[in-house]
Amino acid sequence: MLHSILQIGDKYFMWNEGPMIWTSDALIVLTSLGIVGLLTYLKRWKWLWDEWLTTVDHKKIGIMYIIAAFAMFFRGGMDGLIIRAQLAIPNNHFLTAEHYDQVFTTHGTIMILFMAMPFIIGLMNIAVPLQIGARDVAFPYLNAMSFWLFFFGALLFNISFVIGGSPDAGWTSYAPIAGPFYDPGVGENYYLISLQIAGIGTIATGINFLVTILKMRAPGMTLMRMPMFTWSVLITSVIIIFAFPVLTVTLALLMFDRLFGAHFFSVTHGGLPMMWANLFWIWGHPEVYIVILPAFGVFSEVVSTFSHKRLFGYKAMVVSLVAIAILSFTTWVHHFFTMGAGASVNSFFSFSTMLIAVPTGVKIFNWLFTMYKGRIEFTTSMLWALAFIPNFLIGGLTGVMLASAPADYQYHNSYFLVAHFHYVLIAGTVFGVFSGLYYWWPKMFGQKLNERIGKWAFWIFMISFNMTFMPMYFVGLMGMTRRMYTYPAGLGWGPFNLIETIGALGMGLGFVVMVFDIAYTIRHPEKDLTGDPWDGRTLEWSIPSPAPEYNFAVIPEVKGIDAYWMMKHPKEQEPGPVKAVDKSKIRPIHMPNNSYRPFIISVAFFVAGFGFIWQWYWLGIPGLIVVAIGLFLRSFEYNDEHFISTEEIERTEIAAGRL
Amino acid sequence: MSSQPSHEGFPWKHVIGFVLSILLTVMALWLVFSLQLPVSTEIVSILVLAVFQVLIQLLLFMHLTERDGPAYHVISLIFGAFIAFTIVGGSIWIMAFRSMVS
Repeated sequence: MLHSILQIGDKYFMWNEGPMIWTSDALIVLTSLGIVGLLTYLKRWKWLWDEWLTTVDHKKIGIMYIIAAFAMFFRGGMDGLIIRAQLAIPNNHFLTAEHYDQVFTTHGTIMILFMAMPFIIGLMNIAVPLQIGARDVAFPYLNAMSFWLFFFGALLFNISFVIGGSPDAGWTSYAPIAGPFYDPGVGENYYLISLQIAGIGTIATGINFLVTILKMRAPGMTLMRMPMFTWSVLITSVIIIFAFPVLTVTLALLMFDRLFGAHFFSVTHGGLPMMWANLFWIWGHPEVYIVILPAFGVFSEVVSTFSHKRLFGYKAMVVSLVAIAILSFTTWVHHFFTMGAGASVNSFFSFSTMLIAVPTGVKIFNWLFTMYKGRIEFTTSMLWALAFIPNFLIGGLTGVMLASAPADYQYHNSYFLVAHFHYVLIAGTVFGVFSGLYYWWPKMFGQKLNERIGKWAFWIFMISFNMTFMPMYFVGLMGMTRRMYTYPAGLGWGPFNLIETIGALGMGLGFVVMVFDIAYTIRHPEKDLTGDPWDGRTLEWSIPSPAPEYNFAVIPEVKGIDAYWMMKHPKEQEPGPVKAVDKSKIRPIHMPNNSYRPFIISVAFFVAGFGFIWQWYWLGIPGLIVVAIGLFLRSFEYNDEHFISTEEIERTEIAAGRL
Repeated sequence: MSSQPSHEGFPWKHVIGFVLSILLTVMALWLVFSLQLPVSTEIVSILVLAVFQVLIQLLLFMHLTERDGPAYHVISLIFGAFIAFTIVGGSIWIMAFRSMVS
């Protein structure tokens, strides 16, 4: 009996791998029991179900995205710390080569797809409908689907750690290494299927926000009057819609190879392994812009608000966004210059890559000119935006170095490259989402995050970030290649690596301080009663904090860029507060109902995905049938909306001091 | 906001489009699995089926011919064509080195 249990444990839970996996198992079980116990003790199950799990409110969905992103930041960050622990000194054998492969694979995949993406999408959810004067996104139900598909995709990816083993072919999962011949076992199946499930959610988000922004703007808000963050989300949605289907197809093809014995990417039987790299980066390069453009949008809002000036060069900003979107689809080969395509191919893609630096440079100058002669206020949010410019510039300029195909033969897959993409992704995306978090936190929760602790977190994180990644440029030029799990002494790499590890610990500390800031703010809230704590310029600051369920009691009329600023400073009459809601204009508001189905369908997707990962079709196929039933029931659902009465709106607005 | 989507009769167009799009996919599979055609013929016939697939999507689902929409309809179609051309043409160009190597 005991023997057979241990056998199952070894086969499915890798218990034969030693105490580290046992500790993880124990921690996961204890944490889960703790959450369940706490919810039961506080009698919060019904609250959780009614208010959160079944919600279709874009603001709550945005908050859930950000909570999940924080959890994934923790997971991916722990992976990063384990990588740095392994590389801290030469000849280290803290991890085996195989475990090291798994850790860097999950680090990359989680940070890009399950941290950066949901954090960005969370901010989109919170800010975009408020910025354009809408009451929700165009398809609230689909929005909930998107979130739960992402959530269960991420969960599926994460359980690979303790059930069956993590993927280990890098976040790029290159064939043929990731194919069934060289990588048997379930690890890569987890990668393929969990990304597939989360990817469906992302495509839906792209469609949702494209339609929301095109169709649901308040009267008077023409495209050229939209806030810059909304513009960046519009362009990002377009990129998502065109790029993510490529990922879907690519993942599906490799899944056929692994599960059903097809030969799309195999070495034998006429497969074309290099096609994987080609298809992966057709998605992968636009993906970089999907996570960076909304961050650019955040910086545009933050820089303009805290310089107390209008954004410089609005039109140039829009044109450069569009240019980046188009160019982002024409540069993917620079990820594999060394694959061996001809000189003409490499020259073309080298050129198109360098071209992207032009619109990006335009944006940098516009932010600088926005600050020029502005009255700059150094809030935490602004500090992240200010730090972004020089740090991102280092990443961007080394990117131009990498874009030169002949030189890339030297840099390719060295730590120089690792330093480059961490400089653009952390200084761009991560600084951006942190800036956005501090900026929109009052709108999400009606209280400001503590600025003093926030600034501590900023300085610790920012300095440690440079300590971690700056030495990587040098150690990369000295010949250290990416993904090597240990290195000999005597090459001069040791000191650099040790500094990097200390820096990584510092980044971890900065993250902890930020989480402490959130906990501290919850205990000692500094309430924002005005709804406009930063003297904002766009419509989200015209409503109370946190925003009421229906957002706008009366849909505002937009007269120009920075609509709320114009309302606060009208030309014709004396400037004054414009908080009051006109009672005569309040009408019953039409809102979507909550639905339990997005949650259930996504659970079914999770079960089906788990079945296909293990090739247990008795589990996978019923899971998909439940998905189909859920979609069918949704198709014949007619009463999925309700009205909020004028009395209730008046009560809410009086409570917020608006009536 | 207040306008309800109109449900005028049975959505025949969508059903026909759905059936046709599945039919075209099955035909492509059958072509490869059951007929022993030379590779070049296979590729050309799959391409022809793919063009029909695109037409079905545009005409039966995306209501291309129904009425004049806003300008961004045309822009997005052109952008879609540009992306399709870039991906397909680019991939063929990039992967052409394989024949040079062998």
